[in-house]
Amino acid sequence: MDGKTRETRQDAKIKTEAVNLYYGSFHALGDVTFEIPARAITAIIGPSGCGKSSLLRLFNRMNDLIPAARVEGNVFLNDIPVYGKDADVVSLRQKVGMVFQKPNVFPMSIYDNIVIGPRHHGIRSRRRLAEIAERSLSQVALWDEVKDSLNAPGPGLATGQQQRLCIARALAVEPEVLLMDESCSALDPESTMKVEELMLELKQRYTIVIVTHNMEQAVRVSDMAAFMMIGEDRVGRLHEYSATEEMFIRPKDKLTEDYITGRFG
Amino acid sequence: MRINPRTTGKIAKVLIWAAALSVLVVLVAIILYILFKGMPFINWRFLTDIPRSMGRSGGIAPAIAGTAMVSLVAIVIAVPFGIGTAFYLAEYTRGNAVTRIIRFSAESLAAIPSIVYGLFGFLFFVIYLDLGWSVLSGGLTLAFMILPTVIRTSEEAILTVPNTYREVSFSLGGTKWQTIRKAVFPSAIQGIANGVILSLGRCVAETAAVILTAGSALRMASSLFSPTRTMAVHFYYLAREGISMDNAYATAALLILLIFLINVVANAFVNRTMAKGR
Repeated sequence: MDGKTRETRQDAKIKTEAVNLYYGSFHALGDVTFEIPARAITAIIGPSGCGKSSLLRLFNRMNDLIPAARVEGNVFLNDIPVYGKDADVVSLRQKVGMVFQKPNVFPMSIYDNIVIGPRHHGIRSRRRLAEIAERSLSQVALWDEVKDSLNAPGPGLATGQQQRLCIARALAVEPEVLLMDESCSALDPESTMKVEELMLELKQRYTIVIVTHNMEQAVRVSDMAAFMMIGEDRVGRLHEYSATEEMFIRPKDKLTEDYITGRFG
Repeated sequence: MRINPRTTGKIAKVLIWAAALSVLVVLVAIILYILFKGMPFINWRFLTDIPRSMGRSGGIAPAIAGTAMVSLVAIVIAVPFGIGTAFYLAEYTRGNAVTRIIRFSAESLAAIPSIVYGLFGFLFFVIYLDLGWSVLSGGLTLAFMILPTVIRTSEEAILTVPNTYREVSFSLGGTKWQTIRKAVFPSAIQGIANGVILSLGRCVAETAAVILTAGSALRMASSLFSPTRTMAVHFYYLAREGISMDNAYATAALLILLIFLINVVANAFVNRTMAKGR
């Protein structure tokens, strides 16, 4: 292993230990143990229904919204248990932002879309909110495009711009981790490229975890790749986890190779 | 013999158009007829004067005021409770015994004829609580009458808000209340407002329930405890007892214009609230 991988390994941002996730009697994730390095992009790949999104949603406890969901095992963010007894979900979600599959912009102005998070966290000062809006929109290279139309409706933007607005909205609460759940799957190739460039830039400061069906995308942007697979028992498990380059050049396992070369999935 | 699908399609199209057109013609005919018969008698005096000789001459100012007061009381009481219940049903619970009882009650209440609300209001507010025939009794009765509508329309509006809005708000660290207030409510306001407008229209137009609870006084109501008559009730007496068909039509025309105005103003208000975000 090269020095880079070792260095990031020491710097684990998120850790899971034997995590099992159940939706009622359905066993969705089985014994997932891995570490996600800080300030890098980790891609979760695998066939549909293998629990990629469920795994991603463990990190910001979005599975809590599903009434029958139950988590066993440990998830750590900065070595602090995410599912601990006195864990604060609100501050967890402030540290772990999420961008969804569809650009779900609220039917409000661009500005109101951006500042909804900071407002949730009690920031009221107009000047402060305006600064946040400018900073977040600049981070996603949208500022120049919308700075004169901040009061225009968010849903009026092009789809690609909307998704960048959603990323800016997530960044506005100053998270440490950004979870992206197939965030490019609704975008055209050009917008996808822009978002990918953005990811590469953002990883200087943020830990990014993406779920993607797009193998080329995983290769283009990710540093680490986690291949998930459903077993005979319908339980999603982490099948192989390594540096992306290594996985795509020398997959350890036949199943991984079959998947990433497009033989199934 | 088989009819070719394209012909079937054409026949269906003609029938659907015919149905829509006849409804439109009937509606427009009724409205135009009433406006035509009533408008000539609407003037400043009619709007501002009190009724003289039982409404044979003079104006209908007390009835206009009575309509506004009774409807306002109903809306002020029913809307907060209705919207609150709707949010409780849509956001805070999943199907359990309590929600089933609330939904079943709301549906049953919505199907009850208004005169039954009138009878209830008469027995409970007017007699038992001793509020007498009054603006308050009438307003409370109407509040009960429109509550199911407010609950149902608001709940439907809340349920049509995409779940992704809630997810986004939660993912940004929003609490349940923040999510409801900032992400769900602004998207549901249009539907909620439509339900409120519909309910307000029903209040303004209601007769049976108001006669039994607000009374039919011709004087200007001076407080919530004064008896009053609404425009719909006034119209009813003018026409029923043959006092003055001209003034009856004028009152009806005014009622139609008022409902029209409520719709326009309310829609403008909603659109302006929405425009901040759209």
